[in-house]
Amino acid sequence: MTDTVPASQQSSTSGADAGVAARKADIRSRWMLASPALTVIFFAALGPLLIMLVYSFLQKGSYGGIVWSFSLDGWFNVFLKRDIFDDTLGFADGHLSIFWRSLRLSFGTTVLALLLGFPTAYYIATRPANLRPVFLFLITIPFWTNLLIRTFAIMEVIRNEGVVNTLLMSLGVISSPIQMLFTDFAIMLGMVYVYLPLMVLPLYASMERLDFRLVEAGYDLYATRMGVLRRIIVPMVKPGIIAGSILVFVPSLGAYVTPRVLGGGKNMMLGNLIELQFGQGRNWPLGAALSITLLVIVMVALLFYVRNASKSGVKSHG
Amino acid sequence: MHGNLDAMPAISAHQVTKIFGAGPGSVTALDSVSIDIQRNEFFTLLGPSGCGKTTLLRLIAGFDHPTSGRIDLEGSDISYLPPFKRPVNTVFQSYALFPHMSVAENIGFGLKMLGKSGAEIDAEVDAMLKLVKMEAMRDRSTAQISGGQQQRVALARALAPKPKVLLLDEPLSALDLKLRKEMQIELKRLQHETGITFVFVTHDQEEALTMSDRIAVMSAGQVLQVGSPRDIYDRPSRRFVADFIGETNFMDAELVSIAKSASRKASLKLASGKQIAASLPEGDMALGKVTAVVRPEHASLTTPKASSVLAGTLETVVYFGTDTHYHVALTTGGMFTVRMQNARGQAGEFKEGDKVGIDIDAGATQVLRD
Repeated sequence: MTDTVPASQQSSTSGADAGVAARKADIRSRWMLASPALTVIFFAALGPLLIMLVYSFLQKGSYGGIVWSFSLDGWFNVFLKRDIFDDTLGFADGHLSIFWRSLRLSFGTTVLALLLGFPTAYYIATRPANLRPVFLFLITIPFWTNLLIRTFAIMEVIRNEGVVNTLLMSLGVISSPIQMLFTDFAIMLGMVYVYLPLMVLPLYASMERLDFRLVEAGYDLYATRMGVLRRIIVPMVKPGIIAGSILVFVPSLGAYVTPRVLGGGKNMMLGNLIELQFGQGRNWPLGAALSITLLVIVMVALLFYVRNASKSGVKSHG
Repeated sequence: MHGNLDAMPAISAHQVTKIFGAGPGSVTALDSVSIDIQRNEFFTLLGPSGCGKTTLLRLIAGFDHPTSGRIDLEGSDISYLPPFKRPVNTVFQSYALFPHMSVAENIGFGLKMLGKSGAEIDAEVDAMLKLVKMEAMRDRSTAQISGGQQQRVALARALAPKPKVLLLDEPLSALDLKLRKEMQIELKRLQHETGITFVFVTHDQEEALTMSDRIAVMSAGQVLQVGSPRDIYDRPSRRFVADFIGETNFMDAELVSIAKSASRKASLKLASGKQIAASLPEGDMALGKVTAVVRPEHASLTTPKASSVLAGTLETVVYFGTDTHYHVALTTGGMFTVRMQNARGQAGEFKEGDKVGIDIDAGATQVLRD
């Protein structure tokens, strides 16, 4: 009826050449602006990654390090192992169970962080505008303290003689301490604690932009609180949910300090396994291959997640 | 729930007060408002921004709840029902269409939440699209349609669940003038065809006069006057109402006698010493000093003569095409505006600086309560 013509379509075709030149100049200046960051990424991330890739195809040295001759042993050992006595091949079930635990705990951490972070972000986003920065500031306070110290603090809380067990025992709820430390639960608790802000912040960012008149419109059209949450709020803050989940899932999968301290070395995750190969294990090619495997798992998980999320997600905003 | 259901108002507000905040910083948005909105009525809440009209609308919708007082829907108390339990739907000022849903999904949303079957929803959505003449836009995204079309979708979405009352919160304010005129007619048509009670909020007096069956004029959290557009325009009872709607002349006068009959007629003595008949507002009035109003089009200029009610000097003449506005400085002090239609060959009859008399049409003088 009264569709307006987008301004871009109104530009005359005679200026097309000038337009192309301008766009080229624009692209060039963008590359220039991005070059410091690209330099850092190249030397600090891509470079080491290439070294890892090369190492994973070399032979291990007897006292650590590598021997410069091609070998698939590193990759072979990621998934398979040769029995020491009868030389038969079997799956490296130790490794596989660590893969599985890493995925399971990271997934659990992401879900828990989402369940805790969603209402938190919603609460902050619905406060008066002058109070929101205060809450955001409070969210970032844990970042002020070193990760290791925070992790030891959790240990203090949940160990057998820790705050929780002492309290429960003095109240007579339990008679002997509950073993929480050095369990998967402890690792997950620690990771949720550490990564929760990474969930809250992107969630808050998309909720702050949420038009709460849409929420009212939902209530007005007979949607209950659950209905509004499911059909209006969640679909509209989906970008925040995706970003937050990625930001929690990815570092969880490669977590090192938290499982090391709270898992007690027994409940290893991928990060610990990799560290072991470069340290006591003295098997650099295996460590390198495991690192690359971790990277691949992360990328596959991300692809899968983003694909699924965008399929059922927000339609493009024209 | 006694008596004839048809005679029961659609919405009935009893002494509704709404106070936002507490303590010294609190704001009284509604101050003991009582109002009856009849069924199938196009009822308008008219007032400047901050007068409480939107607050009253939000209380009827259920987005806020009254601090005290009661709101009934067809005789049953809904004051504290959540919005999703009221058969009342809203057309929002910003439209508030769901951006992640298509036009059809938006319109069907209310029905879906009411648990209607897919086939029922489809049929109703098609009927609504037809009603607002948007059949071709069924599967468009709401971002792909124009402002006027979004307006129609918002209307269809609110009408689809067949509410008992439709609330419209300044729905036309975002449209340009031409589209707004078009939608005014469209809204009247929709109200007529659906038979649903419309409660319309606006600050635009012209819009209120042209569209409404009845208007409630609000100011500072209170309802000042409720009546038909003609009542409100011709018989304003308060200074604010007379001033807010249209142009008017205020005159200081003295109420010298009140007719004994129920005609609400009275006799006024103007500053010029002349006596004229006037109408009184509802309620008791005491003799003494009052303010009276006369619309500019209910007065006419004459050459100076003894019988003229008012006299003065013509200061400015403003030509408007269909009519001309004459601003007269009265001999008794103050200004008086006369508006006269331009007839052929009449041009230049009165010039600036002329001494003139003013006649007021019989029955055109209205006494105010304040």
